[in-house]
Amino acid sequence: MNKFFIDIWESLKIALQALRTNKLRSFLTTLGIIIGITTVIGILSIIRGLNDSFYTSISALGSDNLYIQKFAWFSRDDWLEARNRKNITMKEVDAIQKQATLVKAVAPVVGARRTVKYKSEQLKNVSITGSTEYYMVTGNVVPEYGRPLSEQDVEHRRAVCVIGWEVADKLFKKVSPLGRRIKLGSFKFRVVGVLEKRGSLFGNNLDSEVIIPFGVFQKLYGSRRWMTIEVKVKDQERIEEAKDELVGILRRVRKVAPGEDNDFAINQQDMIADMYKRLTTALYAVAFGVGSIALLVGGIGVMNILLVSITERTREIGIRKAIGAKNKNILWQFLIESIVISSLGGLLGIVFGLLIAKLISSASFLSASVSWPIIFIGIVFIAIVGLFFGIYPAYKAAKLNPIDALHYE
Amino acid sequence: MIIEIDDISKVYEVGTQEVHALRGVSMKVEDNEYLAIMGPSGSGKSTLMNVLGCLDTPSSGSYRFVNELVSEMNDDQLAEIRNREIGFVFQTFNLLPRATALHNVELPMIYNGTPSTKRKSLAKEALEKVGLSDRMDHRPSELSGGQRQRVAIARSLVNNPKIILADEPTGNLDTKTGEEIMEIFEELHDQGNTIILVTHEEYIAEHTNRIVRLRDGRIERDEATD
Ligand SMILES: Nc1ncnc2c1ncn2[C@@H]1O[C@H](COP(=O)(O)OP(=O)(O)OP(=O)(O)O)[C@@H](O)[C@H]1O
Ligand SMILES: [Mg+2]
Repeated sequence: MNKFFIDIWESLKIALQALRTNKLRSFLTTLGIIIGITTVIGILSIIRGLNDSFYTSISALGSDNLYIQKFAWFSRDDWLEARNRKNITMKEVDAIQKQATLVKAVAPVVGARRTVKYKSEQLKNVSITGSTEYYMVTGNVVPEYGRPLSEQDVEHRRAVCVIGWEVADKLFKKVSPLGRRIKLGSFKFRVVGVLEKRGSLFGNNLDSEVIIPFGVFQKLYGSRRWMTIEVKVKDQERIEEAKDELVGILRRVRKVAPGEDNDFAINQQDMIADMYKRLTTALYAVAFGVGSIALLVGGIGVMNILLVSITERTREIGIRKAIGAKNKNILWQFLIESIVISSLGGLLGIVFGLLIAKLISSASFLSASVSWPIIFIGIVFIAIVGLFFGIYPAYKAAKLNPIDALHYE
Repeated sequence: MIIEIDDISKVYEVGTQEVHALRGVSMKVEDNEYLAIMGPSGSGKSTLMNVLGCLDTPSSGSYRFVNELVSEMNDDQLAEIRNREIGFVFQTFNLLPRATALHNVELPMIYNGTPSTKRKSLAKEALEKVGLSDRMDHRPSELSGGQRQRVAIARSLVNNPKIILADEPTGNLDTKTGEEIMEIFEELHDQGNTIILVTHEEYIAEHTNRIVRLRDGRIERDEATD
């Protein structure tokens, strides 16, 4: 056993010596492996980063929420057909409110994007949401200070608003926003509440929001806008039952004849998660494909350079054999050289991959996250690639006849 | 008895042609003999040395090395014999170009698992024996021909082999340097080593106790010198 380790150690020294004498060549040889590993590590790090931010931001949607709309998310249904469907209106909202038993809160939600002003300050592209007091429940929005929209605000169509954290931060640098009036176009709204910080959803800044009473929104921006009915169910376990109940109510209100398809859709967070899974699966497949092709090419490169190296060092092999190296000593010498070349390439690839992931995450809303187990597995895998592609050349070297090798010119 | 070969022949096939390098050579070498193999170019001297050195296998005939039948051995066993029992010195030195003199001499011990510290001290000892203690860290390219051959001799000695085989060890050296190398061999012989060397030069052969003359792959004459 001890002798085995001495053999390996000596082979390692010989391999490193050989690499040192051929630095550039070794580097070029490993390029395929470097590129492959860079891609794989880059993609994997970004997927992991995506996962982290995806699952935190998707939780803003709430797994006990349902969204009633004209379209199903990510569906391949006929878009034109869906466009001609009847609009969703307050009639449906009222019906659900009265009849549904499995529902905790229902809120009609309409939206637009506008510039919001306070004195000389202004903030562009703010998302204006028109809804009711129930939006505070369905949208999981909680005022950090002040109060939420109230039933009276909605009923009397008061010109009041609850603003997102960022709107408060940008428009009101020195004073408290509560009681101040902000301008939406030529209309003024009194701020009654400021929401706590919420972050972003798919690159959408949730803190840049102004919530106003539903009726006021319709008066300002028209009543023909597409509406989403947000529903929060009482019991997440019974969300499927709740959906069935809603389908029944909606079909009745919208007078869908028996046997006909629904002319509305009930969307939920799961659908986004499913879509996301399909997307990342595709990304994994790309990483895997690129990775294996690059490793194959890289492995063949390593094999090629090993064959060259063995030809160049035929005499050396002869000398070693003449003074007592066994076939297995020569075999190990070149196998280890192959493993060392591949592993160095792999290590460089990992470093580059992480750098690229960091670069991408600092230049976009994507974030990257490093997984040490994956890196470890990667290194082992690359070493196996080196072993695999080294076997043939190393075996060839080991089998050389000593006298032929010595006489090689 | 160190070496006993019986009816050894070696045939090379070059294309469709057969080249008979050795045609039935038999001889014995005793402990502490000092023997020269001579003969014209192409007479089979190197071929014979390679067979004796276990670097090459004969086409037929038997070879006993200290009573062990070498002609039946596998690659690993032959490597073992080359490593422990035989020291080979080549005309062209055959040192590793990128390794220092010390490392070159250490090399045979790497292949028998000698621990690193012991390896170093034994290699230094061997280099001192051939008078190179001040050149241990030099690479072959930084040494003269004579010095390179001394390194090669030190390497052949270092595992304390039963026999030293030298194929024209002075062939690439000038007369004066050749004489110096021969002095080393003489000393080694005096210390009890068994040595076979190939040479073209009568004055080199005169250092030895016995001369075997080859011609066309056969032993023409085998006689003691006086
Ligand atoms: N690998 C080989 N393939 C074919 N023929 C060979 C080979 N090695 C040697 N021979 C032939 O065998 C014969 C003996 O060669 P060998 O090298 O033993 O001669 P030598 O006595 O050492 O000659 P020199 O004094 O020139 O070194 C020669 O005819 C040579 O051409
Ligand atoms: Mg010769």
